Amino acid sequence: MQGLVPPRFHWIPGGGSPVKHITTAWLAAAILLLASAFSASADFESAFLGLGSSSRNTVRESVGELAELNDGRALAALEALQRKRLRADDTGRLFIESEAGGSFVDALSGELAQPKPESLRTPRINNRLRRALKPAIAQLQLRSADRDVRLAAAETLRQRKSPSAAGLIRAALEEENDSSVRDALLVALAQIDLAGDVPALRRTAVENLGRLGDRAQRSQLAALLEKNADGSPQEADEELRNQARQALARIDRGAFFVDVAANFFYGLSLASILLLAALGLAITFGLMGVINMAHGEMLMIGAYTTYVMLGLFETYLPSLLQGYILAAIPAAFVVCGSLGMLMERGVIRFLYGRPLETLLATWGISLILIQTVRLIFGAQNVEVENPDWLSGGYEIFRGVVLPWSRIFIVIFAGFTVTVVWLALQRTPLGLHIRAVTQNREMAASLGIATSRIDMWTFGLGSAIAGLGGVALSQITNVGPELGQAYIVDSFMVVVLGGVGKLAGTVTAALGLGVVNKFLEPVSGAVLGKIFVLGFLILFIQRRPQGIFALSGRAAES
Amino acid sequence: MSHANPLNEHMHTRRQWWLVAALAALGLMVIPGLNMLPESSPLWLPDFLVPLLGKFICYAIVALAMDLIWGYTGILSLGHGVFFALGGYAMGMYLMRSIGGEGVYASELPDFMVFLDWKELPWFWWGFDRFGFAAFMALAIPGALAYVFGWFAFRSRIKGVYFAIITQAMTFALMLLFFRNNTGFGGNNGLTDFKRILGFSLQEPSTRLGLYTASVLALIGSYLLCRFIIRSKLGRVLAAIRDEEDKVLFTGYDSLQYKLFVWTVSALLCGMAGALYTPQVGIINPSEMVPANSIEMAIWVAVGGRGTLIGAAGGAFLVNGAKSWFTVAAPETWLYVLGAIFITVTLFLPGGVASLRSRIRDLRTHQTQRAAQKADAKPAADRSQA
Repeated sequence: MQGLVPPRFHWIPGGGSPVKHITTAWLAAAILLLASAFSASADFESAFLGLGSSSRNTVRESVGELAELNDGRALAALEALQRKRLRADDTGRLFIESEAGGSFVDALSGELAQPKPESLRTPRINNRLRRALKPAIAQLQLRSADRDVRLAAAETLRQRKSPSAAGLIRAALEEENDSSVRDALLVALAQIDLAGDVPALRRTAVENLGRLGDRAQRSQLAALLEKNADGSPQEADEELRNQARQALARIDRGAFFVDVAANFFYGLSLASILLLAALGLAITFGLMGVINMAHGEMLMIGAYTTYVMLGLFETYLPSLLQGYILAAIPAAFVVCGSLGMLMERGVIRFLYGRPLETLLATWGISLILIQTVRLIFGAQNVEVENPDWLSGGYEIFRGVVLPWSRIFIVIFAGFTVTVVWLALQRTPLGLHIRAVTQNREMAASLGIATSRIDMWTFGLGSAIAGLGGVALSQITNVGPELGQAYIVDSFMVVVLGGVGKLAGTVTAALGLGVVNKFLEPVSGAVLGKIFVLGFLILFIQRRPQGIFALSGRAAES
Repeated sequence: MSHANPLNEHMHTRRQWWLVAALAALGLMVIPGLNMLPESSPLWLPDFLVPLLGKFICYAIVALAMDLIWGYTGILSLGHGVFFALGGYAMGMYLMRSIGGEGVYASELPDFMVFLDWKELPWFWWGFDRFGFAAFMALAIPGALAYVFGWFAFRSRIKGVYFAIITQAMTFALMLLFFRNNTGFGGNNGLTDFKRILGFSLQEPSTRLGLYTASVLALIGSYLLCRFIIRSKLGRVLAAIRDEEDKVLFTGYDSLQYKLFVWTVSALLCGMAGALYTPQVGIINPSEMVPANSIEMAIWVAVGGRGTLIGAAGGAFLVNGAKSWFTVAAPETWLYVLGAIFITVTLFLPGGVASLRSRIRDLRTHQTQRAAQKADAKPAADRSQA
């Protein structure tokens, strides 16, 4: 519109014809521009209304025109059309029905609208139309003001590699400022250019792929290095081949690093679960020499407590739903802790000095607990929904998303270990637990009520397992057999870590978790697990007391 | 702990022999006889019960093996399910091979290999087309595994709860291994669809009766073997190891050799039981190896009576009979019953059913006497055994 008010200095009297010509040209251009702006707006309106046509050909043409006009206002309507939520009334006005159905917004303004339901018609779509819709939507998304929408569109383009998108991507790159969107677009463009035949573009493409690409682009680069049957390279351009070789090496290095980081993180989160499962077991085993086979069921009951809390919040406190997990933590602690104390008082205390019988009796308890849960909640798995603030994840590298739920577990486990450590080191109960662990008779003769300490310790151990259950419910489905899946591993942690030392348990859990995750890609999950168990069996032969054996007199028993 | 003392056993020996002979006659003559009656007879034993009883008899052999290592030597193994399953797999491999070309895919290879698109028999299946070889392997493989595992474990003096847990780890690892398709033993589904053994069709009642009889003979043989072991001098050393291993070592016995011997024998018996089990049940798959199965084996012995051979074998019948009945009559309650068995037996009846009579006699005696007995029993229940 600037053309309407040309700068004054052009109007120099007697300035000669060139100037005059320029002025005329300016005027003409201005008028033309104005006209085209009007006509563009008119085109948009008509193309937009065409979306509601009952003829699929008209709809398709309209989609094409809207893509050419490149006006972001059409995006919502196009997406709605793709998802079959676009409605047209008998005046041709377009509406978008909400996902839940029943409420409508105006397709152009986005304001709430109340069309007469009986007048609404849904434009039908077919595959041809769908094919036309996809690039149009991607193009409009690339112009969106929302960075996340642009990024998602760029990702789609990167995966699709359709040559027709090249122009579109180039245009988008001109204006794009956000670096992640730019990178994704550059990779998308590089893939298209590399498949083309302009040598200069192909070299830039290879360079960009090496710099920004990941494993998804690897095969395209590797294809450049392949040879024909007679040994001559398929790709004639030697410099391109060298570049491709370097790019491949760079991608591989990057992928290796990303793998290591991701494995390490997943190992860490597995380790946190193992730690929460094994911590209580290690404390009770250290104290009483008793292996609690029902310990896994405490995990399971902790997870079900979380499920029940979620249900209670949904019914009674929907406004605080997001915080249900914060309430589940103390609930699981109390439920499992009391169950543990009940078990100790009811069964285990009668079996002291008979560790093998205790093992069998606790197995019996675990069977009863499993069956009870199965009868109450059903044999099917239940799903415990993550609160919003724990769903999704944090992307540390491209393609490597760390789920918030797992990050939460790692932090939660760290927190729990710290609290337990403080409880053992700084509280009277902790002092007594340590005393009884080291020498039961001596502790008893110094006036410690060992039997009561046993009860509290068993409760504490079970309560910690309950916390593990809360954590577990966030990353896996909850079923009656949940505990069985983790119990053997947590026994291994206890055996590996030795008794009476928190540091041993922590190290063993970390080691087992991380080693497990690193072996998985090499040998497959099952063989990896078998290797770990085999290694453990051998390790125990060498150091029957675990990594951190108690030394001196305490080791005698 | 209320293990029968040797003197006591000796005094009862004649009565015991009569009991064993009566049970053998029941197993070898009465039951097959009832099965051979005409179907119209009210005493007729239905055909489907024969393999079921055969299965229980295999379990009874396992219970004897378990009693040998746990009841008499004090070592709780949670890995006997593996030895049992390995024996079963060795026999299953023979049965698979003897299907020949009559499988679903009409191939010389077992069906699951065709399914996995394997072209030839893997090396570890060689030789299993011969019955003798398979029978030998059914003993040799569990025996070798037990020997190697036991040598490592006993040498570093792992015992008690630790030993129980690492045997459980072994069970778990092997179960995972056998669940894999690529391990070469049929994965999830295991080995099944058997047709014949030594040329006899497995569908024939007479074959089933034959297998059943073989199982009874094996049980009697196992009983005699176990009895021989525990009544020999070796058996006394084993009991000493159970009660006070340190003193055994101080007296100059190398407990490693004794434990290794009895542990391996126990595994061999399990392997034999497994080999008899597979043709009667018609399938062997990795679910036989789940850790829970091995723990249940311990409870058979605990229910029947640790440290008494007849009690242990009887416990296998009792628990499995109850299981068969409950899983049909009231499936939801079975786990409760089993759990309750675990708890009540360990809490109230550590000597098992075999000790019931003496327990009742105890109850009748004077209160003070009971108190005195309890005081006597205390030192044995020493915490330091853990």
